[in-house]
Amino acid sequence: MSSRIRTDVIELNMGPQHPSTHGVLRLAIKIDGEVVVECDPDVGFLHRGIEKLAELRTYIQFIPITDRLDYLASMLQNQAYVGAIEKLGAIEVPERAEYIRVIMMELQRVASHLVFFGAMGLDLGATTPFLYAFREREDILDLFEMVCGARLTYNYFRPGGVSRDLPGGFYEKARAYIKKQREKLPEYDDLLTNNQIFIVRTRGVGYISGDDAVNYSMSGPSLRGSGVDYDVRKADPYSVYDKLDWRVAIRAEGDVQARFLCRCEEIRQSLNMVEQALDMIPEGELKCKTPPRLKLPEGEVYYHIESARGDLGVYLVSDGSDKPYRLRWRAPSFINLGAMNQMAQNWKIADVVAILGSLDVVLGEVDR
Amino acid sequence: MSELIEKAIRDAFPDAVLESRDVFGVLNIKIDANALLGICEMLHGQKEFDYLADVTAIDWKDRIEVVYQLTALASNTKIALRVDLDEQKPEVNSLASVWKGANYQEREVFDLFGVKFTGHPDLRRILLPEDWEGFPLRKDYVIPD
Repeated sequence: MSSRIRTDVIELNMGPQHPSTHGVLRLAIKIDGEVVVECDPDVGFLHRGIEKLAELRTYIQFIPITDRLDYLASMLQNQAYVGAIEKLGAIEVPERAEYIRVIMMELQRVASHLVFFGAMGLDLGATTPFLYAFREREDILDLFEMVCGARLTYNYFRPGGVSRDLPGGFYEKARAYIKKQREKLPEYDDLLTNNQIFIVRTRGVGYISGDDAVNYSMSGPSLRGSGVDYDVRKADPYSVYDKLDWRVAIRAEGDVQARFLCRCEEIRQSLNMVEQALDMIPEGELKCKTPPRLKLPEGEVYYHIESARGDLGVYLVSDGSDKPYRLRWRAPSFINLGAMNQMAQNWKIADVVAILGSLDVVLGEVDR
Repeated sequence: MSELIEKAIRDAFPDAVLESRDVFGVLNIKIDANALLGICEMLHGQKEFDYLADVTAIDWKDRIEVVYQLTALASNTKIALRVDLDEQKPEVNSLASVWKGANYQEREVFDLFGVKFTGHPDLRRILLPEDWEGFPLRKDYVIPD
Protein backbone atom coordinates (compact mmCIF):
# COMPACT_ATOMS: atom_id res chain seq x y z
CA MET A 1 0.00 0.00 0.00
CA SER A 2 1.04 3.55 -0.62
CA SER A 3 2.55 5.13 2.45
CA ARG A 4 1.21 8.61 1.63
CA ILE A 5 -2.41 7.77 2.32
CA ARG A 6 -3.13 6.25 5.69
CA THR A 7 -5.76 3.53 5.59
CA ASP A 8 -7.36 1.46 8.32
CA VAL A 9 -8.19 -2.21 8.14
CA ILE A 10 -11.94 -2.58 8.17
CA GLU A 11 -14.15 -5.62 8.32
CA LEU A 12 -16.51 -6.30 5.47
CA ASN A 13 -19.32 -8.77 5.70
CA MET A 14 -20.17 -10.61 2.48
CA GLY A 15 -23.19 -12.86 2.69
CA PRO A 16 -24.86 -15.09 3.78
CA GLN A 17 -27.33 -13.52 1.36
CA HIS A 18 -25.27 -12.48 -1.61
CA PRO A 19 -25.80 -13.34 -5.26
CA SER A 20 -22.28 -14.51 -5.88
CA THR A 21 -21.73 -16.69 -2.86
CA HIS A 22 -23.53 -19.55 -4.64
CA GLY A 23 -25.75 -20.29 -1.67
CA VAL A 24 -25.72 -19.36 1.98
CA LEU A 25 -22.04 -18.68 2.61
CA ARG A 26 -20.70 -15.76 4.59
CA LEU A 27 -17.22 -14.40 4.01
CA ALA A 28 -15.84 -12.30 6.85
CA ILE A 29 -13.29 -10.20 5.00
CA LYS A 30 -10.77 -7.75 6.42
CA ILE A 31 -9.75 -5.15 3.88
CA ASP A 32 -7.11 -2.45 3.81
CA GLY A 33 -8.42 -0.04 1.20
CA GLU A 34 -9.45 -2.39 -1.56
CA VAL A 35 -6.92 -5.09 -0.70
CA VAL A 36 -7.93 -8.24 1.15
CA VAL A 37 -5.95 -8.83 4.35
CA GLU A 38 -7.91 -11.84 5.55
CA CYS A 39 -10.84 -13.81 4.22
CA ASP A 40 -12.53 -16.17 6.63
CA PRO A 41 -15.36 -18.32 5.22
CA ASP A 42 -18.18 -18.80 7.72
CA VAL A 43 -20.13 -21.93 6.85
CA GLY A 44 -22.88 -24.02 8.41
CA PHE A 45 -26.00 -22.01 7.54
CA LEU A 46 -27.39 -25.02 5.69
CA HIS A 47 -26.27 -27.64 8.20
CA ARG A 48 -28.92 -30.35 8.47
CA GLY A 49 -26.94 -32.92 10.43
CA ILE A 50 -26.94 -35.37 7.56
CA GLU A 51 -24.32 -37.67 9.12
CA LYS A 52 -26.55 -38.00 12.18
CA LEU A 53 -29.63 -38.56 10.01
CA ALA A 54 -27.84 -41.50 8.40
CA GLU A 55 -27.52 -43.26 11.77
CA LEU A 56 -31.29 -43.07 12.23
CA ARG A 57 -32.27 -44.53 8.86
CA THR A 58 -31.89 -47.86 7.09
CA TYR A 59 -29.33 -48.09 4.30
CA ILE A 60 -31.96 -47.77 1.56
CA GLN A 61 -33.79 -44.90 3.26
CA PHE A 62 -30.68 -42.76 3.16
CA ILE A 63 -30.23 -42.82 -0.65
CA PRO A 64 -32.66 -39.91 -1.31
CA ILE A 65 -30.84 -37.84 1.33
CA THR A 66 -27.55 -38.15 -0.57
CA ASP A 67 -29.26 -36.27 -3.42
CA ARG A 68 -29.51 -33.26 -1.13
CA LEU A 69 -25.79 -33.00 -0.42
CA ASP A 70 -24.20 -31.76 -3.64
CA TYR A 71 -27.50 -30.98 -5.34
CA LEU A 72 -25.85 -29.96 -8.60
CA ALA A 73 -24.37 -33.45 -8.99
CA SER A 74 -26.80 -35.83 -7.27
CA MET A 75 -25.98 -38.83 -9.45
CA LEU A 76 -22.40 -38.69 -8.23
CA GLN A 77 -23.55 -38.52 -4.61
CA ASN A 78 -25.67 -41.61 -5.22
CA GLN A 79 -22.62 -43.46 -6.51
CA ALA A 80 -20.41 -42.51 -3.57
CA TYR A 81 -22.96 -43.86 -1.12
CA VAL A 82 -24.06 -47.08 -2.86
CA GLY A 83 -20.43 -47.73 -3.86
CA ALA A 84 -19.41 -47.78 -0.19
CA ILE A 85 -22.27 -50.19 0.63
CA GLU A 86 -21.31 -52.47 -2.27
CA LYS A 87 -17.67 -52.52 -1.23
CA LEU A 88 -18.44 -53.37 2.38
CA GLY A 89 -21.19 -55.87 1.55
CA ALA A 90 -19.29 -57.42 -1.40
CA ILE A 91 -22.33 -56.80 -3.63
CA GLU A 92 -21.74 -57.43 -7.33
CA VAL A 93 -23.09 -54.91 -9.81
CA PRO A 94 -24.18 -56.21 -13.27
CA GLU A 95 -22.15 -54.77 -16.12
CA ARG A 96 -25.10 -53.08 -17.80
CA ALA A 97 -25.84 -51.22 -14.56
CA GLU A 98 -22.21 -50.08 -14.34
CA TYR A 99 -22.40 -48.60 -17.83
CA ILE A 100 -25.71 -46.90 -17.10
CA ARG A 101 -24.13 -45.41 -14.00
CA VAL A 102 -21.11 -44.10 -15.88
CA ILE A 103 -23.37 -42.52 -18.53
CA MET A 104 -25.39 -40.84 -15.79
CA MET A 105 -22.35 -39.74 -13.81
CA GLU A 106 -20.56 -38.19 -16.74
CA LEU A 107 -23.69 -36.44 -18.03
CA GLN A 108 -24.06 -35.17 -14.48
CA ARG A 109 -20.51 -33.88 -14.46
CA VAL A 110 -21.20 -31.98 -17.68
CA ALA A 111 -24.42 -30.54 -16.23
CA SER A 112 -22.58 -29.46 -13.08
CA HIS A 113 -19.71 -27.88 -15.01
CA LEU A 114 -22.23 -26.05 -17.21
CA VAL A 115 -23.68 -24.44 -14.10
CA PHE A 116 -20.13 -23.53 -13.09
CA PHE A 117 -19.44 -22.05 -16.52
CA GLY A 118 -22.55 -19.91 -16.41
CA ALA A 119 -22.11 -18.85 -12.79
CA MET A 120 -18.46 -17.94 -13.35
CA GLY A 121 -19.48 -15.55 -16.12
CA LEU A 122 -22.28 -14.18 -13.99
CA ASP A 123 -19.89 -13.54 -11.11
CA LEU A 124 -17.74 -11.41 -13.37
CA GLY A 125 -20.64 -9.53 -14.91
CA ALA A 126 -21.38 -11.52 -18.07
CA THR A 127 -25.04 -12.53 -18.11
CA THR A 128 -25.36 -14.17 -21.51
CA PRO A 129 -23.09 -17.24 -21.06
CA PHE A 130 -25.29 -18.29 -18.17
CA LEU A 131 -28.32 -18.49 -20.45
CA TYR A 132 -26.38 -20.47 -23.05
CA ALA A 133 -25.09 -22.98 -20.50
CA PHE A 134 -28.51 -23.47 -18.96
CA ARG A 135 -30.06 -24.01 -22.38
CA GLU A 136 -27.84 -27.04 -22.94
CA ARG A 137 -28.09 -28.23 -19.34
CA GLU A 138 -31.83 -28.43 -19.89
CA ASP A 139 -31.26 -31.24 -22.42
CA ILE A 140 -29.33 -33.25 -19.83
CA LEU A 141 -32.08 -32.74 -17.27
CA ASP A 142 -34.59 -33.94 -19.87
CA LEU A 143 -32.52 -37.12 -20.29
CA PHE A 144 -32.45 -37.64 -16.51
CA GLU A 145 -36.18 -37.07 -16.33
CA MET A 146 -36.71 -39.76 -18.98
CA VAL A 147 -34.61 -42.19 -16.98
CA CYS A 148 -35.79 -41.66 -13.41
CA GLY A 149 -38.60 -39.11 -13.44
CA ALA A 150 -36.71 -36.40 -11.57
CA ARG A 151 -34.76 -33.38 -12.75
CA LEU A 152 -32.66 -32.56 -9.70
CA THR A 153 -32.86 -35.17 -6.93
CA TYR A 154 -32.71 -38.49 -8.73
CA ASN A 155 -32.62 -41.30 -6.13
CA TYR A 156 -31.69 -43.56 -9.05
CA PHE A 157 -28.80 -45.78 -7.88
CA ARG A 158 -29.39 -48.79 -5.64
CA PRO A 159 -26.94 -51.07 -3.88
CA GLY A 160 -26.28 -53.63 -6.61
CA GLY A 161 -27.46 -51.63 -9.60
CA VAL A 162 -29.95 -48.98 -10.66
CA SER A 163 -33.67 -48.71 -10.03
CA ARG A 164 -34.88 -48.99 -13.63
CA ASP A 165 -33.73 -49.46 -17.20
CA LEU A 166 -33.05 -46.78 -19.78
CA PRO A 167 -36.33 -45.98 -21.56
CA GLY A 168 -36.90 -46.38 -25.32
CA GLY A 169 -35.38 -43.58 -27.37
CA PHE A 170 -32.74 -42.75 -24.75
CA TYR A 171 -29.72 -43.63 -26.91
CA GLU A 172 -30.87 -41.50 -29.82
CA LYS A 173 -31.65 -38.55 -27.59
CA ALA A 174 -28.34 -38.83 -25.74
CA ARG A 175 -26.37 -38.96 -28.98
CA ALA A 176 -28.27 -35.99 -30.35
CA TYR A 177 -27.44 -34.07 -27.18
CA ILE A 178 -23.72 -34.87 -27.42
CA LYS A 179 -23.64 -33.69 -31.03
CA LYS A 180 -25.44 -30.47 -30.15
CA GLN A 181 -23.24 -29.80 -27.13
CA ARG A 182 -20.07 -30.24 -29.16
CA GLU A 183 -21.34 -27.77 -31.74
CA LYS A 184 -22.15 -25.23 -29.04
CA LEU A 185 -18.85 -25.40 -27.13
CA PRO A 186 -16.93 -23.14 -29.58
CA GLU A 187 -19.75 -20.64 -29.14
CA TYR A 188 -19.14 -20.69 -25.38
CA ASP A 189 -15.45 -20.05 -25.95
CA ASP A 190 -16.19 -17.06 -28.17
CA LEU A 191 -18.51 -15.64 -25.56
CA LEU A 192 -16.52 -16.14 -22.39
CA THR A 193 -13.30 -18.15 -22.52
CA ASN A 194 -11.63 -15.92 -25.10
CA ASN A 195 -13.30 -12.73 -23.97
CA GLN A 196 -10.62 -10.15 -23.22
CA ILE A 197 -12.32 -8.82 -20.09
CA PHE A 198 -12.76 -12.33 -18.73
CA ILE A 199 -9.13 -13.21 -19.38
CA VAL A 200 -7.86 -10.10 -17.60
CA ARG A 201 -10.14 -10.76 -14.64
CA THR A 202 -9.00 -14.37 -14.24
CA ARG A 203 -5.41 -14.79 -15.44
CA GLY A 204 -2.94 -14.88 -12.56
CA VAL A 205 -5.71 -14.16 -10.02
CA GLY A 206 -6.02 -16.31 -6.88
CA TYR A 207 -2.80 -18.23 -7.45
CA ILE A 208 -2.06 -21.31 -5.37
CA SER A 209 0.94 -23.56 -5.99
CA GLY A 210 0.59 -27.30 -6.50
CA ASP A 211 2.41 -28.05 -3.23
CA ASP A 212 0.15 -25.73 -1.27
CA ALA A 213 -2.97 -27.11 -2.91
CA VAL A 214 -1.94 -30.65 -1.92
CA ASN A 215 -1.06 -29.50 1.60
CA TYR A 216 -4.54 -28.02 1.91
CA SER A 217 -6.03 -31.40 0.85
CA MET A 218 -7.67 -29.75 -2.14
CA SER A 219 -9.03 -31.96 -4.89
CA GLY A 220 -10.87 -31.98 -8.19
CA PRO A 221 -10.41 -29.34 -10.89
CA SER A 222 -9.35 -26.89 -8.18
CA LEU A 223 -6.30 -29.09 -7.50
CA ARG A 224 -5.62 -30.06 -11.11
CA GLY A 225 -5.62 -26.37 -12.03
CA SER A 226 -2.38 -26.19 -10.03
CA GLY A 227 -0.72 -28.90 -12.10
CA VAL A 228 -1.30 -31.87 -9.78
CA ASP A 229 -2.24 -35.04 -11.62
CA TYR A 230 -4.74 -36.53 -9.18
CA ASP A 231 -8.10 -37.80 -10.36
CA VAL A 232 -9.74 -40.65 -8.44
CA ARG A 233 -11.11 -42.10 -11.69
CA LYS A 234 -7.50 -42.78 -12.74
CA ALA A 235 -5.83 -43.21 -9.34
CA ASP A 236 -8.35 -45.74 -7.93
CA PRO A 237 -10.58 -46.70 -10.88
CA TYR A 238 -14.09 -47.72 -9.89
CA SER A 239 -17.09 -48.83 -11.96
CA VAL A 240 -15.94 -49.22 -15.61
CA TYR A 241 -13.76 -46.11 -15.90
CA ASP A 242 -10.70 -48.24 -16.66
CA LYS A 243 -12.37 -49.47 -19.87
CA LEU A 244 -12.89 -45.99 -21.28
CA ASP A 245 -10.37 -43.96 -23.22
CA TRP A 246 -9.96 -40.48 -21.77
CA ARG A 247 -7.38 -38.20 -20.21
CA VAL A 248 -7.22 -36.12 -17.04
CA ALA A 249 -7.53 -32.37 -17.61
CA ILE A 250 -4.60 -30.54 -16.01
CA ARG A 251 -3.37 -26.95 -16.15
CA ALA A 252 -0.14 -25.80 -14.55
CA GLU A 253 -0.91 -22.12 -13.91
CA GLY A 254 -2.72 -22.44 -10.56
CA ASP A 255 -4.95 -19.39 -11.09
CA VAL A 256 -8.67 -18.81 -11.57
CA GLN A 257 -8.33 -19.17 -15.33
CA ALA A 258 -6.56 -22.54 -15.01
CA ARG A 259 -9.31 -23.93 -12.79
CA PHE A 260 -11.89 -22.62 -15.25
CA LEU A 261 -10.13 -24.17 -18.25
CA CYS A 262 -9.78 -27.52 -16.46
CA ARG A 263 -13.54 -27.73 -16.12
CA CYS A 264 -14.07 -26.71 -19.75
CA GLU A 265 -11.76 -29.53 -20.82
CA GLU A 266 -13.53 -31.96 -18.50
CA ILE A 267 -16.81 -31.21 -20.29
CA ARG A 268 -15.21 -32.37 -23.54
CA GLN A 269 -13.67 -35.46 -21.94
CA SER A 270 -16.95 -36.41 -20.28
CA LEU A 271 -18.82 -36.12 -23.58
CA ASN A 272 -16.29 -38.54 -25.11
CA MET A 273 -16.79 -40.94 -22.22
CA VAL A 274 -20.57 -40.89 -22.53
CA GLU A 275 -20.28 -41.54 -26.25
CA GLN A 276 -17.98 -44.52 -25.68
CA ALA A 277 -20.19 -45.92 -22.94
CA LEU A 278 -23.25 -45.64 -25.22
CA ASP A 279 -21.40 -47.77 -27.81
CA MET A 280 -20.13 -50.33 -25.31
CA ILE A 281 -23.14 -50.85 -23.07
CA PRO A 282 -24.19 -54.52 -23.02
CA GLU A 283 -27.65 -56.00 -22.54
CA GLY A 284 -28.32 -57.73 -19.23
CA GLU A 285 -29.47 -57.43 -15.66
CA LEU A 286 -30.02 -54.04 -14.02
CA LYS A 287 -29.63 -54.96 -10.39
CA CYS A 288 -28.47 -57.96 -8.46
CA LYS A 289 -30.79 -59.41 -5.84
CA THR A 290 -30.45 -57.81 -2.40
CA PRO A 291 -32.70 -58.45 0.58
CA PRO A 292 -35.44 -55.82 1.00
CA ARG A 293 -34.06 -54.97 4.43
CA LEU A 294 -30.38 -54.76 3.62
CA LYS A 295 -27.91 -55.56 6.39
CA LEU A 296 -24.17 -55.20 6.05
CA PRO A 297 -21.54 -57.32 7.80
CA GLU A 298 -19.77 -55.79 10.77
CA GLY A 299 -16.81 -53.76 9.62
CA GLU A 300 -15.81 -50.54 7.96
CA VAL A 301 -14.82 -49.16 4.60
CA TYR A 302 -13.43 -45.95 3.11
CA TYR A 303 -14.63 -45.52 -0.45
CA HIS A 304 -14.07 -42.52 -2.66
CA ILE A 305 -14.98 -41.28 -6.12
CA GLU A 306 -14.23 -38.25 -8.27
CA SER A 307 -17.28 -36.03 -8.00
CA ALA A 308 -17.70 -32.87 -10.06
CA ARG A 309 -15.97 -30.95 -7.26
CA GLY A 310 -13.25 -33.39 -6.29
CA ASP A 311 -12.38 -36.35 -4.12
CA LEU A 312 -15.68 -37.36 -2.53
CA GLY A 313 -15.11 -39.89 0.25
CA VAL A 314 -17.58 -41.97 2.22
CA TYR A 315 -16.44 -43.65 5.42
CA LEU A 316 -18.98 -46.24 6.48
CA VAL A 317 -18.91 -48.20 9.75
CA SER A 318 -21.37 -51.06 10.19
CA ASP A 319 -22.26 -52.89 13.40
CA GLY A 320 -24.11 -55.63 11.52
CA SER A 321 -27.55 -54.02 11.73
CA ASP A 322 -29.66 -52.47 8.98
CA LYS A 323 -28.51 -48.93 9.80
CA PRO A 324 -25.06 -47.36 9.50
CA TYR A 325 -23.25 -47.10 12.83
CA ARG A 326 -21.35 -44.12 11.47
CA LEU A 327 -21.35 -42.44 8.08
CA ARG A 328 -18.81 -39.78 7.25
CA TRP A 329 -19.15 -37.60 4.16
CA ARG A 330 -15.81 -36.21 3.01
CA ALA A 331 -17.11 -33.28 1.01
CA PRO A 332 -14.57 -31.82 -1.43
CA SER A 333 -16.20 -28.36 -1.48
CA PHE A 334 -15.79 -28.04 2.29
CA ILE A 335 -12.12 -28.92 2.24
CA ASN A 336 -11.36 -26.81 -0.85
CA LEU A 337 -12.89 -23.83 0.95
CA GLY A 338 -10.17 -24.22 3.59
CA ALA A 339 -7.67 -22.74 1.13
CA MET A 340 -9.83 -19.69 0.39
CA ASN A 341 -8.03 -17.43 2.88
CA GLN A 342 -4.62 -18.04 1.35
CA MET A 343 -5.89 -17.65 -2.21
CA ALA A 344 -7.73 -14.40 -1.56
CA GLN A 345 -5.04 -12.61 0.45
CA ASN A 346 -3.52 -9.55 -1.23
CA TRP A 347 -6.08 -9.57 -4.04
CA LYS A 348 -8.66 -6.85 -4.53
CA ILE A 349 -12.11 -7.21 -3.06
CA ALA A 350 -13.58 -7.63 -6.56
CA ASP A 351 -11.29 -10.62 -7.17
CA VAL A 352 -12.71 -12.47 -4.16
CA VAL A 353 -15.84 -13.20 -6.20
CA ALA A 354 -13.76 -14.64 -9.04
CA ILE A 355 -11.65 -16.75 -6.68
CA LEU A 356 -14.66 -18.13 -4.84
CA GLY A 357 -16.36 -18.84 -8.16
CA SER A 358 -13.33 -20.78 -9.37
CA LEU A 359 -13.59 -23.17 -6.40
CA ASP A 360 -17.15 -24.05 -7.52
CA VAL A 361 -18.45 -24.80 -4.03
CA VAL A 362 -21.93 -26.17 -3.42
CA LEU A 363 -23.17 -25.25 0.03
CA GLY A 364 -25.42 -28.27 0.38
CA GLU A 365 -22.24 -30.32 0.44
CA VAL A 366 -20.16 -27.89 2.48
CA ASP A 367 -22.68 -27.70 5.31
CA ARG A 368 -24.15 -31.22 5.07
CA MET B 1 5.10 -50.97 0.47
CA SER B 2 2.71 -50.94 3.44
CA GLU B 3 4.98 -53.34 5.38
CA LEU B 4 7.91 -50.99 4.87
CA ILE B 5 5.93 -48.09 6.28
CA GLU B 6 4.85 -50.08 9.30
CA LYS B 7 8.46 -51.15 9.88
CA ALA B 8 9.67 -47.56 9.58
CA ILE B 9 7.13 -46.45 12.18
CA ARG B 10 8.04 -49.33 14.51
CA ASP B 11 11.75 -48.55 14.15
CA ALA B 12 11.40 -44.85 14.87
CA PHE B 13 8.70 -45.16 17.55
CA PRO B 14 9.22 -48.60 19.16
CA ASP B 15 6.25 -48.60 21.56
CA ALA B 16 3.82 -46.48 19.58
CA VAL B 17 2.23 -49.14 17.34
CA LEU B 18 -0.59 -50.85 19.22
CA GLU B 19 -2.22 -52.83 16.44
CA SER B 20 -2.28 -53.08 12.67
CA ARG B 21 -4.75 -54.63 10.27
CA ASP B 22 -5.80 -54.58 6.67
CA VAL B 23 -9.06 -52.84 5.68
CA PHE B 24 -9.85 -53.50 2.00
CA GLY B 25 -6.19 -53.29 1.04
CA VAL B 26 -5.37 -50.25 3.17
CA LEU B 27 -3.07 -50.71 6.14
CA ASN B 28 -4.74 -49.37 9.30
CA ILE B 29 -2.35 -48.75 12.17
CA LYS B 30 -3.57 -48.03 15.66
CA ILE B 31 -1.02 -45.88 17.43
CA ASP B 32 -0.49 -44.26 20.78
CA ALA B 33 -2.07 -40.80 20.67
CA ASN B 34 1.03 -39.20 22.19
CA ALA B 35 3.15 -40.33 19.24
CA LEU B 36 0.72 -39.12 16.56
CA LEU B 37 2.35 -35.80 15.73
CA GLY B 38 5.86 -37.28 15.59
CA ILE B 39 4.77 -40.14 13.33
CA CYS B 40 2.92 -37.78 11.02
CA GLU B 41 5.91 -35.47 10.75
CA MET B 42 8.02 -38.47 9.77
CA LEU B 43 5.48 -39.80 7.26
CA HIS B 44 5.07 -36.36 5.72
CA GLY B 45 8.78 -35.66 5.58
CA GLN B 46 10.46 -38.97 4.79
CA LYS B 47 7.77 -41.17 3.36
CA GLU B 48 6.13 -38.54 1.18
CA PHE B 49 2.63 -38.79 2.55
CA ASP B 50 1.78 -35.37 1.22
CA TYR B 51 -2.02 -35.67 1.19
CA LEU B 52 -4.24 -35.85 4.25
CA ALA B 53 -7.33 -37.23 2.57
CA ASP B 54 -9.68 -37.42 5.51
CA VAL B 55 -9.96 -36.87 9.25
CA THR B 56 -12.95 -38.23 11.09
CA ALA B 57 -14.00 -39.81 14.37
CA ILE B 58 -16.17 -42.66 15.60
CA ASP B 59 -17.85 -42.80 18.99
CA TRP B 60 -17.53 -46.37 20.34
CA LYS B 61 -19.35 -45.40 23.57
CA ASP B 62 -16.38 -46.34 25.78
CA ARG B 63 -13.85 -44.35 23.70
CA ILE B 64 -13.61 -41.99 20.77
CA GLU B 65 -11.49 -43.12 17.87
CA VAL B 66 -10.04 -40.57 15.44
CA VAL B 67 -9.14 -41.92 12.00
CA TYR B 68 -6.74 -40.23 9.57
CA GLN B 69 -6.59 -41.34 5.93
CA LEU B 70 -3.23 -40.52 4.37
CA THR B 71 -2.16 -40.76 0.74
CA ALA B 72 1.23 -40.46 -0.93
CA LEU B 73 0.09 -39.01 -4.25
CA ALA B 74 3.23 -39.85 -6.26
CA SER B 75 3.05 -43.60 -5.56
CA ASN B 76 -0.69 -43.71 -4.72
CA THR B 77 0.09 -45.46 -1.42
CA LYS B 78 -2.55 -45.23 1.27
CA ILE B 79 -2.51 -45.85 4.99
CA ALA B 80 -4.82 -44.97 7.84
CA LEU B 81 -3.72 -43.96 11.32
CA ARG B 82 -6.08 -44.46 14.24
CA VAL B 83 -5.92 -43.19 17.80
CA ASP B 84 -8.13 -44.06 20.75
CA LEU B 85 -9.09 -41.17 23.00
CA ASP B 86 -10.75 -40.98 26.37
CA GLU B 87 -14.53 -40.58 26.07
CA GLN B 88 -14.73 -38.06 28.91
CA LYS B 89 -11.81 -35.88 27.87
CA PRO B 90 -10.80 -36.60 24.27
CA GLU B 91 -7.63 -34.74 23.44
CA VAL B 92 -4.93 -35.22 20.81
CA ASN B 93 -2.26 -33.15 19.07
CA SER B 94 -3.36 -31.13 16.06
CA LEU B 95 -1.81 -31.96 12.69
CA ALA B 96 -2.39 -28.47 11.28
CA SER B 97 1.35 -27.79 11.49
CA VAL B 98 2.01 -30.72 9.12
CA TRP B 99 -0.95 -30.46 6.74
CA LYS B 100 -2.87 -27.19 6.47
CA GLY B 101 -5.82 -29.27 5.29
CA ALA B 102 -6.13 -30.57 8.86
CA ASN B 103 -7.33 -27.14 10.01
CA TYR B 104 -10.91 -27.39 8.69
CA GLN B 105 -11.23 -31.12 9.17
CA GLU B 106 -10.14 -31.01 12.82
CA ARG B 107 -12.48 -28.11 13.46
CA GLU B 108 -15.32 -30.25 12.17
CA VAL B 109 -14.39 -33.17 14.44
CA PHE B 110 -14.14 -30.74 17.36
CA ASP B 111 -17.54 -29.31 16.47
CA LEU B 112 -19.40 -32.60 16.19
CA PHE B 113 -17.49 -34.86 18.61
CA GLY B 114 -15.88 -32.46 21.05
CA VAL B 115 -12.36 -33.73 20.45
CA LYS B 116 -9.84 -31.12 21.56
CA PHE B 117 -6.91 -30.74 19.16
CA THR B 118 -4.05 -29.20 21.11
CA GLY B 119 -1.92 -26.78 19.13
CA HIS B 120 -4.67 -26.10 16.60
CA PRO B 121 -4.37 -22.47 15.40
CA ASP B 122 -8.11 -21.70 15.38
CA LEU B 123 -10.16 -24.33 17.22
CA ARG B 124 -13.79 -23.20 17.21
CA ARG B 125 -17.10 -24.57 15.96
CA ILE B 126 -17.47 -24.58 12.19
CA LEU B 127 -20.83 -26.08 11.16
CA LEU B 128 -22.90 -25.42 14.27
CA PRO B 129 -23.60 -22.02 15.88
CA GLU B 130 -21.04 -20.86 18.47
CA ASP B 131 -23.51 -21.22 21.36
CA TRP B 132 -24.62 -24.77 20.50
CA GLU B 133 -24.57 -27.16 23.44
CA GLY B 134 -23.32 -30.70 23.12
CA PHE B 135 -21.70 -32.68 20.33
CA PRO B 136 -24.33 -34.17 17.98
CA LEU B 137 -22.38 -37.11 16.58
CA ARG B 138 -21.72 -38.56 20.03
CA LYS B 139 -23.88 -41.60 20.65
CA ASP B 140 -25.20 -40.24 23.95
CA TYR B 141 -26.40 -36.99 22.35
CA VAL B 142 -30.12 -36.43 22.86
CA ILE B 143 -31.72 -34.97 19.75
CA PRO B 144 -33.76 -31.88 20.71
CA ASP B 145 -37.38 -31.68 19.55
